[in-house]
Amino acid sequence: MREQTGSDKRYRILEAHIKKHRARQDALIEVLHKAQELFGYLDDNTLRYVAWKLKLPPSRVSGVATFYHYFKLKAQGAHTCVVCLGTACYVKGADEVLASVERTTGVKAGGTTADGKVSLFTARCIGACGIAPAVVFDGVVAPRQTAGTASERIQTWVKS
Amino acid sequence: MTLAELQEIKARELESRKKIVLRCCMAAGCMSSDSAGVKAALDKAVADAGLGDSIEVRSVGCMRLCCEGPLVQADPANKLHVRVTAATAPSIIAALQGKDAPGLEFADPDSDFFKQQLSIVLANSGVVDPERIESYIAADGYVALRNTLRESEPSEVIAEITQSGLRGRGGAGFPAGLKWSTVAKSPGAKKYVICNADEGDPGAFMDRSVLESDPHAVLEGMAIAAYAVGADQGFIYVRAEYPLAISRLQTAITQAKRLGLLGSGIFDSPFNFEINLRIGAGAFVCGEETALMASVEGKRGTPRPRPPFPAERGLWDMPTLINNVETFANIAPILRHGAEWFASIGTEGSKGTKVFALAGKIQNTGLIEVPMGTPLRSIVESMGGGAPDGGRIKAVQTGGPSGGCIPAAHLDTPVDYESLARLGSIMGSGGMIVMDESTRMPDVARYFMEFCVDESCGKCIPCRAGTVQMLALLEKIVARRATARDLRLLEELCDMVRNTSLCGLGQTAPNPVLSTLRFFRHEYEELLQPEIPAATAAHGRSHESAVS
Repeated sequence: MREQTGSDKRYRILEAHIKKHRARQDALIEVLHKAQELFGYLDDNTLRYVAWKLKLPPSRVSGVATFYHYFKLKAQGAHTCVVCLGTACYVKGADEVLASVERTTGVKAGGTTADGKVSLFTARCIGACGIAPAVVFDGVVAPRQTAGTASERIQTWVKS
Repeated sequence: MTLAELQEIKARELESRKKIVLRCCMAAGCMSSDSAGVKAALDKAVADAGLGDSIEVRSVGCMRLCCEGPLVQADPANKLHVRVTAATAPSIIAALQGKDAPGLEFADPDSDFFKQQLSIVLANSGVVDPERIESYIAADGYVALRNTLRESEPSEVIAEITQSGLRGRGGAGFPAGLKWSTVAKSPGAKKYVICNADEGDPGAFMDRSVLESDPHAVLEGMAIAAYAVGADQGFIYVRAEYPLAISRLQTAITQAKRLGLLGSGIFDSPFNFEINLRIGAGAFVCGEETALMASVEGKRGTPRPRPPFPAERGLWDMPTLINNVETFANIAPILRHGAEWFASIGTEGSKGTKVFALAGKIQNTGLIEVPMGTPLRSIVESMGGGAPDGGRIKAVQTGGPSGGCIPAAHLDTPVDYESLARLGSIMGSGGMIVMDESTRMPDVARYFMEFCVDESCGKCIPCRAGTVQMLALLEKIVARRATARDLRLLEELCDMVRNTSLCGLGQTAPNPVLSTLRFFRHEYEELLQPEIPAATAAHGRSHESAVS
């Protein structure tokens, strides 16, 4: 484990974060959040490293990482688009917005374009119901989206 | 920290107030429409005009009318500017100087949407700067905590909360005082207080707004609760989908610690209290209290049977008090104004106010806080302004995936725990989605069931398998391939899943189906196909694979 991680600076940052939590096993979810922030997603190596540092069985770490929707186990695209499908967005036509970005990217929700540029997700509610339908482009919430505005935004990514 | 020091902070803060205050909404809704850019433009315009001595541009939390954001309120002129942009922001300053001010749009602060509100939980929302503890202290913040620690016994605090009639705002409506006294009485070497900020119901954003707009109110409520039940450690479990709420909470905790309002020996009393944040990771089931505790312990968020209830054996098997964000935000106001004052608001069984997130097919979307017992019609018609574009309201969905749809014919129902339950819905945490004639009810039921399939944790079979079967039946109905037999089967399954699931998620998963069936059965029946005659049934069944 030590040899594999020695040259990667991000592991040192992760280790410092684990120390901040005094390597407490109940901080597992906090540590996984940090790991995902650093690496973009959680691969087997990262999960094994976390298990080793927190003295937890790898099965427990893997069990937690796969349980929660927020943790990504595969590499993500350069850009992310999250279409909110909460009830307020849904009754205001979020399904059309989703269909249009799926057409534009050529991938279904949960997928990443072959060129690795765009990952497409859906969310169950981001709490932006007052400005529905909402879409999150690269972490920034955009209000009152339509099939047109959302695809236009995606187009700029695909072209870049 | 002493009372004198607290009062000094308040006095200093009030003294530094300027003649004119421009309150600029910095909650997530307006932020997504560039209210940060508006704030910067206002700051620059004030500086350019050399009015820095008389105008204060203050970042505040939610000002409620989210659909018209970004919002800027000018005081004391009582002008509410809507849809402000960085380009039109300088006009606000020009208008204050009596100059020509093009491009400004207004909302009426005296309209029903605002006038019918009664703010307890949201009293500071849109008024104080959520990132400055001094701003909260100037609004009498932390006085209730000081008086509690120095002048009241824990049992007196619990008696006050019991007398106020406050019930849990997370959805089930359990009396807060009773829960507190159970935790206080339960023996344990250590006790915990948890704030449930895992607001997962789609269509609900009350807790997000409270956390973003007035985080100190939640911290103060938690500290008072901890003193009352004998806890010294608190956790706030907040969803990862709310990054702004997380950052404001972190700021608030740091500031409170710096002033000695959290930590050890608070207000020179023997009381110690620490609060840690726990960030959720996108699992709806973690809103259920036993699943939430598993998640706080760093495990998979699966529920366990109750009893034992968390009040007796909770986090790490110790007595644990779990309340929702809005419940904690009610505590300091109750102790400041007294239990009698609180109990005078609302109905016989439901005291105080309730915050609702109004969204869907309605003119005015945003946050409202009204006394319990306010008729649904006042909320959606007078305050919400009815359906947009001359449409007709068909139903109001409350309580998210655990709730139901209340048809327009029942709009005169007062909003309280019991009345909504009688209609087969629940108060829930406060999401209210208005639906118009274009929404088909079987679609809504299918939508919520899909949600429950995704979010079922998989621990108990009725919920894990039952929701999948119910979804298959609903999809068959929506696709016009189902018969009356399928509908009967769906109703049987609803009954089974409701009565045999382990936790609230499964027990309430059939609610959207049952409540839409109760009031909109004809919409289901219109989609049914005639039953296949018995002679050909054997042949027909081989094609029928949706449910198998």
